Amino acid sequence: MWEYTDKVREHFLNPKNTGEIENPDGVAEVGSIACGDALKLSFKLDENKRIADARFKTFGCASAIASASALTEILKGKTIEEAMKITNQDIADYLGGLPPEKMHCSVLGQEALEKAIENYQGVSHKKPDEEIVCVCFGVTDGEIERAVRQNHLTTVEEVTNYTKAGGGCGNCHDKIQAIIDRIYATKKPEEGPAERPKISNIQKIRMIEETIEREIRPSLKHDGGDIELVDVVGNRVLVAMRGACATCQASQATMKGFVEWKLKEFVSPDLIVEEVAS
Amino acid sequence: MKEVYLDNNATTMVAGEVLDEMLPYFHDFYGNPSSMHSFGGQVARKLTEARQRVAALLGADPEEIIFTSCGTESDNTAITSALANNPTKNHIITSRVEHPAVKVLCEHLAQKGYRVTMLPVNAEGLLDMDEYEASLTPDTAVVSIMWANNETGVIFPVEEAAHLARERGIPFHTDAVQAVGKIPITMKSNSIDMLSLSGHKLHAPKGVGVLYVRKGTRFSPFLIGGHQEKGRRGGTENVPSIIALGKACELAGGNMEKENTHVRSLRDRLEAELLRAIPQSKVNGTIKKRLPNTTNISFEFIEGESILLLMDQYGICASSGSACTSGSLQPSHVLRAMGVPYTMAHGSIRFSLSVYNTAEDIDLVIRELPPIIAKLRVLSPYWATSQGACATA
Repeated sequence: MWEYTDKVREHFLNPKNTGEIENPDGVAEVGSIACGDALKLSFKLDENKRIADARFKTFGCASAIASASALTEILKGKTIEEAMKITNQDIADYLGGLPPEKMHCSVLGQEALEKAIENYQGVSHKKPDEEIVCVCFGVTDGEIERAVRQNHLTTVEEVTNYTKAGGGCGNCHDKIQAIIDRIYATKKPEEGPAERPKISNIQKIRMIEETIEREIRPSLKHDGGDIELVDVVGNRVLVAMRGACATCQASQATMKGFVEWKLKEFVSPDLIVEEVAS
Repeated sequence: MKEVYLDNNATTMVAGEVLDEMLPYFHDFYGNPSSMHSFGGQVARKLTEARQRVAALLGADPEEIIFTSCGTESDNTAITSALANNPTKNHIITSRVEHPAVKVLCEHLAQKGYRVTMLPVNAEGLLDMDEYEASLTPDTAVVSIMWANNETGVIFPVEEAAHLARERGIPFHTDAVQAVGKIPITMKSNSIDMLSLSGHKLHAPKGVGVLYVRKGTRFSPFLIGGHQEKGRRGGTENVPSIIALGKACELAGGNMEKENTHVRSLRDRLEAELLRAIPQSKVNGTIKKRLPNTTNISFEFIEGESILLLMDQYGICASSGSACTSGSLQPSHVLRAMGVPYTMAHGSIRFSLSVYNTAEDIDLVIRELPPIIAKLRVLSPYWATSQGACATA
């Protein structure tokens, strides 16, 4: 059984804003029955160009229904500009989190929203260059790249959880890994780690603190979490997660992927991050 | 709220008589059956009795019974033993609809260099026996085909298949985890060399299974260690669970008729009433050769996990072949092998009954499920479209 939050259960058992709007200002349908979930979203604006009503129809599991219900609640009262800033993480946060394997339900919501806004604006942001990577679920390289960047994904498994790419025959795993590698390779600074001068322990700890403060904490705080440096033993950086991160099932992935990567980049490539109970 | 438990192919309740039989062997009679003293010796006698009871249900000799930890261990032992005893042969035959205990093992062996034939099934979930016979080659080291499918309940003609293998000197194994206790099995009158069963599918506890190995079959143990099970399975016996399994087999023998009358009629009524009350619903798998306790029904244009969670509100326990519940992103490999369309596969629900179900259990499902299906279909973007299409067609 999935570990759903009470909020997910509430929105699944009593979904809000179901149905379709007649003569909508924006409408879109994403997903497919073959893929196991699909979402049709429509919205209408009021005279102040704010979203007065948003409705959905969903084919999918409990978290797909809850994500769509949450999205329509988030949308109400927003301007188009505000709505464009809504991410899949906002949907998941609204529901108090989703199991990692179910994050693709929130991504489906974000996709439906983007397409519905495109429909309203009468433009298509479709990038013609995008190429289908996952044939089983029809996921493009652009979609994978956006999910990796927005959600700091670092493994093929995480990409599958968020986009479904790679969840079928598995033939595209190498391609997905290549996309991940390319994204993080281009983010690395010019100078190689070999040219980094030897640093003392005191310098190292100070740099770790600075990096956490400057590069890591703001991102975690954005998601309602926090991090505390507990100790540094050799190259082992012992940290404790706080706030939302402490209870988040994805925090292990966040730790390894994001915190360690930042510390390796800015302090020393030899560092290993470990989560400890504080 | 009382559970309405219709998920007996997943696991079953330990029967009261079974629990009573096993409990003294935790605290009062905890001796090791291998010990010399009479405190252990009395436990050994109880194991002998359990072995006789299992053998009686299978129509086998007690010495052909090896106790294991689960169905998966039995399956793994059988297949790897056959391969070890036919080292020059490189071919394995199985079906596309096996339980993961066989399917994933065979996929693993394929990666190790074995040639694996995974026989397809037709839309009704049946094997093509001509295709099976044609796949038997001089290079075939083992055949492993399940007796009855866990998802659809479809029964395979394993006795006929084993006979064809025997004619060619090929060892034949069957995963009979779902079949034992539900349909009569007499090993003395068939050609099956090895058979797996699992305790918790027939009202014994989880964590105990059996591998039947026909006398004269060359055998290599999977767990190597002590002399237990005549050196065929090392490790101190799970005494209370083995005693429980013996009792459960005795009960199953006595309940076989009830399984095929009472349980079958409850299942048939459940199926007929749901199909009648819910449009665009369909049974998966042939209804002609099927376990008496299982029905697998698809409800088009909705998703199985949602159905299960809404049924959960009423205490109804069942399972689904949908992607969301299969632990992967694809729906059940069994339904896909049968070519069940995605519109149907994602909305499949398996009800599996036991002798402990009542007419009231079935009444509750017949009353509560149709509104659940209707509620989810109103939410589904495909339902209205399909209705429109039907109206204009």
